[in-house]
Amino acid sequence: METKQLSRVDLIFKPEGKEIELLKKKLNEDGDDFILELIDSGLKGRGGAGFLTGLKWKLAREAKADQKYVICNADEGEPGTFKDREILERVPRKVFTGMALCGHIVGATKGYIYLRAEYKYLAPKLKKCMADLNDEFKKIGLEFTLDIRYGSGAYVCGEETALIESMEGKRGEPRNKPPFPVTEGYLNKPTVVNNVETFVNTMIISEIGFKEYKKLGTDHSRGMKLFSISGDAVKEGIFELELGMSLADFVEEFGDGDTKAVQVGGASGFCVPRKKFKETIIGFEGIPTGGSMKIFNSSRSMYNVLHNYLDFFQEESCGQCTPCRVGCQQLLLGIEAVKRRERPSSYLDELMKLADTMKISAKCGLGQSVGNAFVSIIENFREEIVY
Amino acid sequence: MINLTINNIPLSVEEGTTVLDAARQLNLRIPTLCYHEDLCIAGNCRVCVVEQVGMRNLLASCATPVRENMQILTNSMKVRQARKNIIELLLSEHNSDCTKCYKNGNCELQTMANEYRTGNHIYTDLIPLKHNKVDVSSPSIMKDDSKCIRCQRCVRTCAELQGVNALAVAHKGHEMKISSFYDKPMHEVVCTNCGQCINRCPTGALVERNYIEEVWNAIYDPTKHVAVQTAPAVRVALGEELGFEVGERVTGKMVAALRRLGFNSVLDTDFTADLTIMEEGTELLTRLKKALVDKDQSVTLPMTTSCSPGWIKFIEHTYPNLLPNVSTCKSPQQMFGALVKTYYAQKKNINPKDIVSVSIMPCTAKKFEAQRPEMRDSGYQDVDYVLTTRELAIMIKQAGIEFLKLEDEKFDRFMGDSTGAAVIFGATGGVMEAALRTAYELVTGREVPFENLNITPVRGMEGVREASVTIANVLPEWSFLEGVELKCAIAHGLANAHKLMAAVESGDANYHFIEVMACPGGCLGGGGQPIPTSPEIRNKRAKAIYAEDEGLPMRKSHENPEVTQIYEEFLGHPLGHKSHELLHTHYRARKRY
Amino acid sequence: MSNTENFVKELADKHGRKRESLMPILQEVIDARRYLSDETVVNIARELDMSAADVYGTASFYSFIETKEVGQYSIRLCKTIVCDMKGKEAILNAIEETLKIKIGQTTPDRKFSLSTTNCLGWCHKGPAMLINDEVFTELTPGKVIEILENYMNR
Ligand SMILES: Cc1cc2nc3c(=O)[nH]c(=O)nc-3n(C[C@H](O)[C@H](O)[C@H](O)COP(=O)(O)O)c2cc1C
Ligand code: SF4
Ligand code: SF4
Ligand code: SF4
Ligand code: SF4
Ligand code: FES
Repeated sequence: METKQLSRVDLIFKPEGKEIELLKKKLNEDGDDFILELIDSGLKGRGGAGFLTGLKWKLAREAKADQKYVICNADEGEPGTFKDREILERVPRKVFTGMALCGHIVGATKGYIYLRAEYKYLAPKLKKCMADLNDEFKKIGLEFTLDIRYGSGAYVCGEETALIESMEGKRGEPRNKPPFPVTEGYLNKPTVVNNVETFVNTMIISEIGFKEYKKLGTDHSRGMKLFSISGDAVKEGIFELELGMSLADFVEEFGDGDTKAVQVGGASGFCVPRKKFKETIIGFEGIPTGGSMKIFNSSRSMYNVLHNYLDFFQEESCGQCTPCRVGCQQLLLGIEAVKRRERPSSYLDELMKLADTMKISAKCGLGQSVGNAFVSIIENFREEIVY
Repeated sequence: MINLTINNIPLSVEEGTTVLDAARQLNLRIPTLCYHEDLCIAGNCRVCVVEQVGMRNLLASCATPVRENMQILTNSMKVRQARKNIIELLLSEHNSDCTKCYKNGNCELQTMANEYRTGNHIYTDLIPLKHNKVDVSSPSIMKDDSKCIRCQRCVRTCAELQGVNALAVAHKGHEMKISSFYDKPMHEVVCTNCGQCINRCPTGALVERNYIEEVWNAIYDPTKHVAVQTAPAVRVALGEELGFEVGERVTGKMVAALRRLGFNSVLDTDFTADLTIMEEGTELLTRLKKALVDKDQSVTLPMTTSCSPGWIKFIEHTYPNLLPNVSTCKSPQQMFGALVKTYYAQKKNINPKDIVSVSIMPCTAKKFEAQRPEMRDSGYQDVDYVLTTRELAIMIKQAGIEFLKLEDEKFDRFMGDSTGAAVIFGATGGVMEAALRTAYELVTGREVPFENLNITPVRGMEGVREASVTIANVLPEWSFLEGVELKCAIAHGLANAHKLMAAVESGDANYHFIEVMACPGGCLGGGGQPIPTSPEIRNKRAKAIYAEDEGLPMRKSHENPEVTQIYEEFLGHPLGHKSHELLHTHYRARKRY
Repeated sequence: MSNTENFVKELADKHGRKRESLMPILQEVIDARRYLSDETVVNIARELDMSAADVYGTASFYSFIETKEVGQYSIRLCKTIVCDMKGKEAILNAIEETLKIKIGQTTPDRKFSLSTTNCLGWCHKGPAMLINDEVFTELTPGKVIEILENYMNR
């Protein structure tokens, strides 16, 4: 399989300035062409699920409706992810013009950014930026207005249909799919929901062109990605890297020399032990990530890590569906019981089956991914759970 | 049409059909819990999962529309393993003390657990961690969170069918639960006691407050005369609990069973249903006269019916300003209660303090109604105990009565006679039809101009219906009604009532007379009726009601000889002094929030 | 008209009376009053023509919308794994000792409430906490006591 050397890129945080100019250019071009370019670029959503962005925009463009919406998902709640915050702090114009571009392409005149409550301190600056841009859009003849909505401390509202429910003033309970938001989203109108970083990427593609963009990354994972690196790392923080590197290279660069495991993709991602660093590719062909990379060295107890995640999930599950609501509680109580020797270690095998059931039967991505961390930690660090 | 296979059997179904419904077309049952025919799709319990060949994740069959060339497996190993796990999870969160549970024997969760033989509870019992409380504050319903599987059927019922939203989902994650406003006792919130949530709760988490032991004790007490009345809708549904098909009328067997249970008098609420028509019909005509002839501004029209206590509590909370529109007639149950401890006591020479008045109702709201302080006009609590159809069935079973084999019997004399008009009170539109049969004839001297007295425009299951009757060639004393087009509307289910009353409040609707029943389908779909319920079941019960009506010799309330007799002997005339005292009541504004 | 009634009315005038207006209204109530009293819920329900249970049920879903009384300053300490690894426990002890309250409690003067929360998005600078909307990172026990003292004097 194709892998890339670890290489730094500097596109996302390049100084702002050309956004309106780029947008203006796109206004005069055929929207279908840009969709083709976007699809060709291979850009997949940066929020975790990895849906082809161009295809999403195409579906929304084709949907017939008197009103459509563009929503920027800035709910960034995945433990260990903080790149969207950094983007919004440093290059918000790129995000907002990306949304406007999307609006132009799909035929939406209204854009919302859904900002998590934890980032509310950013709001004054963002609002100012949006107000300026609203004026500038008008000046270049683009009918598109930006507005802001806030989360209120619920991780699951990062899931796009829960986010929409929340914007509609309801509990953030994910919807049944189909229908998908591109046909029935906010207020049942066609809606594009994209991640903050995804919108920036669309602006980059419209600036450098899809051919240039395609040079980055691998066949399955085009482009670059922001990584939020934390834990036992020599360098913590945000790094923009080409997709497709091996985890071994990554650990070489960022680990503290004593790395035992890396949690790729946050609590809903996978735990990779040292022995698998070499074979693990960071990207859609290997382990995809919304950007969270947490590094653990040998002093860390993987029991504590797992316990922490399960506690997170049992609180943050929306609670509507059985596998997730009850499953999370059972997994947490289960490892506690094994630790306290109230249950034999073979109970972990029952729990592994349960985790599998949750993966395939939960209603949304939250419940479906609890098993990722659970299975990968139990498989690789079973003795740490039991003893 | 969409082509697919289910368990390798090819079929084609209409676009938009769910996988669940498609499977049903093959007579394949997929287990469900959160799904209910009356409600929107939730897709949250996940027991209905099926496998789509080639896909990793299972699909919730209730929430997934069919797609071309889908290959569905409803019972693969993957499906079974997941489904079993899910049922186990539900049970781990559930206080499974079936032997002590009111729903024992008629519980969807129990049936499913039984079907899957989930004997060895593998997971941790979560109940000790949850500190659930049982809410017994309401005289009508009990809420036991330890039995709740969080399917949200009750919440959807209360919102979609009833428009009340007394129940909501609160909190999230492991703390998620079904809650009233700030988790206050049900008796203190806007709940109408309609019991529709009970009818759709798949477990014992929501059940009626039952008074079976109290009634047995009264029956066993030799110093008491226990008089029972039975509402019209009971007789077309009781059979469902006792081995009959849906839609079978069991009036005669019910009467026989009541006697065998030991009730001293077996009477019929239908009698006071006829009386209600006399009183309410007269009230309507009086209001019309005052409005049309006297131009009295203080008269409120449209007048609405008042026989549904769920509706009464709803309007008291929601439209207190429209309370003057509500007929002052008590519900038939309460008229009956007031008469049993006065007229009937006199006639039978029984001291009213020794009478225990029991009513068998399709309704849970009537339990609350019986306990209203307004309902003591006989000098005693007019109705002592209200049992639902379900509770009566339990008593019959407890007494070892072989219901299927009973010979039919007739109600007692005095307050046991009734007409077809009273019977149709049990169906939505029935009160309207009965009232029209009498009022039209009273005013014109002729029968209503509908074939065989069947006023079909007011029948049916449409949520809100309108009808109008033009009154012509009236008798001289009613000349003010000559040519008047009497405009009527009917709503059943409180969400529909809500819509209708909003139109009345805003002045968009100019009706004269409105019938409202709190429950979908009317009393035949009441909160105390056999479980399960569905549109099909309610339709069958309605059919049975109209058949009962057609089969009766008397079809018009004013023809009931016992009604004539009670006016002669006791009440005087409709809306007279005595009527006012015993048969009419007043309402109180309650807080909406 | 009571104070709360007026307040909610103004919010409804500003944000609208549709279901979509609910979250912005709830959020502004929290900004101004820190928690949702049952009186406030009732008023919101009336303005938006919803049931009180529905407003309550929705509000209680969101952990930043408190439905029980809390203090003027809500301290939310991140408890997710990286902050935990970086010494969250010591920070928690320092806060508990300084304010003499435990998680879930409010100081008797109603000034501070303490809770833990999930990932704040500052793992690389943990331990982190929020006091209302303000973020504090790279906390040490000494630093956190200083911050609290600062707030006490506000
Ligand atoms: C539990 C859960 C949480 C999620 N949180 C986020 C989030 O915080 N930000 C985000 O962009 N996407 C999040 N997603 C993914 C979204 O559902 C959606 O796929 C994404 O916003 C689409 O944008 P993209 O295609 O640009 O990635 C989450 C998904 C799940 C299941
Ligand atoms: S998987 Fe979890 S978060 Fe998703 S719908 Fe089910 S309970 Fe809610
Ligand atoms: S609700 Fe059903 S399963 Fe639960 S205890 Fe009662 S009968 Fe048994
Ligand atoms: S009894 Fe009726 S009003 Fe009360 S909670 Fe149940 S459905 Fe709602
Ligand atoms: S009370 Fe009954 S209907 Fe309501 S969620 Fe619980 S189990 Fe379902
Ligand atoms: S019946 Fe389909 S998810 Fe509950």
